[in-house]
Parts: sequence; C-alpha cells; structure tokens
Amino acid sequence: MTTTNRRIVQFTVNGNSVEVAITPRQTLLEVVRDELGLTGAKEGCSNGNCGSCTIEVDGVTINSCCALGVEMDGREVNTIEGLAPGNDLHPIQKAYMNNGGFQCGICTPGFILSTDHLLKMIPNPTEEEIRLHLAGNLCRCTGYDKIVRSVQAAAEDMNS
Amino acid sequence: MRNFDYVAPTSLTEAVQAFGQAGDKARALAGGTDIIDQIRIGRRTPELLIDTKRVPEMMVFEGDGAGGLRIGAALPLYRVRDDANVQATYPALATASGLVGAVQIQNRATLGGNVGNAAPSGDTIPPLVVLGSTVVIAGPRGTREEPVENIFAGPGQMTIAPDECLVEFRVPAPKANSSSYYVRFIPRAEMDIAVVGVGVSLTLNGGGQIEDVNISLASVAPTPVRATDAENVLRGETLTAALAREAGEQAEHHASPISDVRGSADYRRELTKVLTRRAVAACAAQLGVNVT
Repeated sequence: MTTTNRRIVQFTVNGNSVEVAITPRQTLLEVVRDELGLTGAKEGCSNGNCGSCTIEVDGVTINSCCALGVEMDGREVNTIEGLAPGNDLHPIQKAYMNNGGFQCGICTPGFILSTDHLLKMIPNPTEEEIRLHLAGNLCRCTGYDKIVRSVQAAAEDMNS
Repeated sequence: MRNFDYVAPTSLTEAVQAFGQAGDKARALAGGTDIIDQIRIGRRTPELLIDTKRVPEMMVFEGDGAGGLRIGAALPLYRVRDDANVQATYPALATASGLVGAVQIQNRATLGGNVGNAAPSGDTIPPLVVLGSTVVIAGPRGTREEPVENIFAGPGQMTIAPDECLVEFRVPAPKANSSSYYVRFIPRAEMDIAVVGVGVSLTLNGGGQIEDVNISLASVAPTPVRATDAENVLRGETLTAALAREAGEQAEHHASPISDVRGSADYRRELTKVLTRRAVAACAAQLGVNVT
C-alpha cells in the first residue's frame, strides 16, 4: 500500500461532470466539501446517525460520511446546491423558510434532501410517514414540529 | 481516517481473486454503513476494502427460476423493502429490511452486511433463517452454498474463511398456504437495535393444522438461534391462543441472553416468550387464522 494512493475518479455532481484526484480514505462528504467546495452538506455525528451529511447518489439519499469518494466513479451525485437552478429556491426550500422549518440551520440541507426523496416516493405523505421518513435526520434545536409543517406545506404546494 | 487501499472488481472472478489474495487484510465494502465507521474509530484496520457493488452476481435481484428469489449480498435493503413480490411472498424479510437504521441507511446497507456483521441482533437474519434461505459463498477453493442458519460462530464471527466472500442469498419459494412474520422490541418507535427479535414462518395444511413452522430468535444468544422446542409444540396442531402462549414458554428454553444497556437477561427471556407468542399469532392471522 502506498501512503498517497490517489486515483482519478469521475462522476457527475448536480448534473456537471467532475474529476477529482482523491485517496480511498476520503469520504464522499469530504470530497464534496473539500475538493468541490460544496459546503451545504454538513458533518454532524460522522457515523451515520444524524443525517446532516445527506446527499443523493443515483436517486436515493445516503449518509455521505459513511461513503467513500472513490466509490462514486460513474455515479450521479446531487447535493443541496443543485436542488434549484441558479439563485432560485426549490418549493421545499421555500416551504422550510415560510414555516420556520429551521433554527440554527446545520441540519437543514439534510432535512430538505430527505424531504425531496420522500415527496418523490410519496407525493402526499401522512404526518406519520413524514416523521418515519425523516427519522434519519436529527435537529439538535428540536424544531421537529415546524419541520413536519414545512414538509406538509411543500407537498401541498407541489401538488397544486 | 487511517489510509487503506480500494479496489472495485467488476466480475465475480476478479472479486474472488482479490479476497483470495488479501485474506484477512481485506474487508468487503458493500453499503459501508458499518465498515467505514469501524475504520474511522479504529475498531477495524483493513489494508484493503473490496467494493462488491460492481460485481453483477452480488447485485442480482431476480427469481431463481423455481419460484424462489436470488438477492445479491451487495444489493441495498430498500430494494428488498419496496419490492411488491417480497412484501407479498416473504413479508418477514420486507419488514426486517425496513427496520435496519433510517432511510439513508436502508438506501446503502445490504443483506450481505447485516448478515456478515454476524451481530446476534441483525434484523434480517431471523427472516432469512425461517424462510429456509441459503447463502452462496465464493473463495479460492470454489463456491459453496450454506444454510444461513449455519454460518454464525459467535458475536461478529462467521464460519466462513477470511479469503471467502458472500455472493448472494437464495430464498426458496414458500409452500402453499404459508406466511412469515418478524417482530422486534425496541424501547422507542424507530432507529434502534433489537432487544429481542423473533421471526416465524408458518405453513398450514388443508385442515388448518400447522404443517410446518420455523422460529428464529435474535439478540438472545451469541448467535441467532432456532427455537425448536417451540416449533415442536406447534407442529401438527391447530393453533389456539393457549398453544401460542405455550410456544412462547418453550421458546424461552433457547434464550441464553446477556444483560446489557438495552435490557437485562431476565427481561430478554420474558420478551422472548411474549414476542414469540405474538409473532406466531400474527403470522397465523396473515393466513386467516385468528386466535387472539
């Protein structure tokens, strides 16, 4: 084993093709934040419990702290930065703003991507479905009720 | 995180070579939800991670040609959880696949990882065992197929060699008029590890008697265990509430639990009785037999 076993990895991020030279021990979270400058995904617990690092890979949400950058070769990665084009806000982002769906904001990018994943699977979720689907995202400010209202508002907006 | 090497074989032959050469210096990287954290905290120190997700056999998800199912060891659990055929035909397995961690974990974690960790609490293990599943294991000395029930040696220990790897699970077609059920107890609503888990599969004959039954217990012994005493009191009988209760009492014979942060040994023995009774009754209810 070499100590600097970097390799070239190519994948798409928010629709753009990227190429990075990374070592196997760099997590996907470290790659998007440190190599690509996309700092929306946050490091919280570093062990797959809190969901602050949630990123979408090949259409499903994962904890990017528990994935390696080198696994991404050829994969399609989407982060909070790509949810809406340019300076626009996605209806889910607007709903979180309008309903006070965040306090300190650290968990928010993860919550919003989990909400996006939920609404793609279940466009009109019940409150129980919302709470179950977002169980992998923790809000240390404990603003869960307003987060649930935000998801309901986003669903209503997107279905109208 | 300490450094390691990484390879992503694209065929089973390449994967077998990689595992064969590296032996205990390598670990499989499927969903990564455990191994990456274990490396980060220094609990495991592999020199090489072998990514199994680009090996077609390890990602297979299709019928076995005889009414059964093949599930690749590296297939994410959400695929099993959401599959209409699994939900209808192997309900215990669909339920358990939806209980492992949160959505983000189920989107990555795999049957191979849940089984390969060999944790006594692995939620997918009792369903696989009661459904009579086998696992295909490949290595330098060839490929073999073992009952899932037989591959555990102790907490975190399997009977497979370090230079072997899990390829796929084979779940046979259930017999007519049969169903399966998995229930676990955790002290909160979601996102926890089973204090006790019970899997049941049940087949009724034309007269409504129990033709066959398998019961497997999680988190009550160093490995997942079959509750054969409970099975024996049920087989050939017509299920009643009293008989389901008796099955629970018999299941306790197979529990040799420890006390830990999740529950005392006494509590686990009591839970074994209660959950076995409930699982047997719920499984029968899925076949239209209501005893409670």
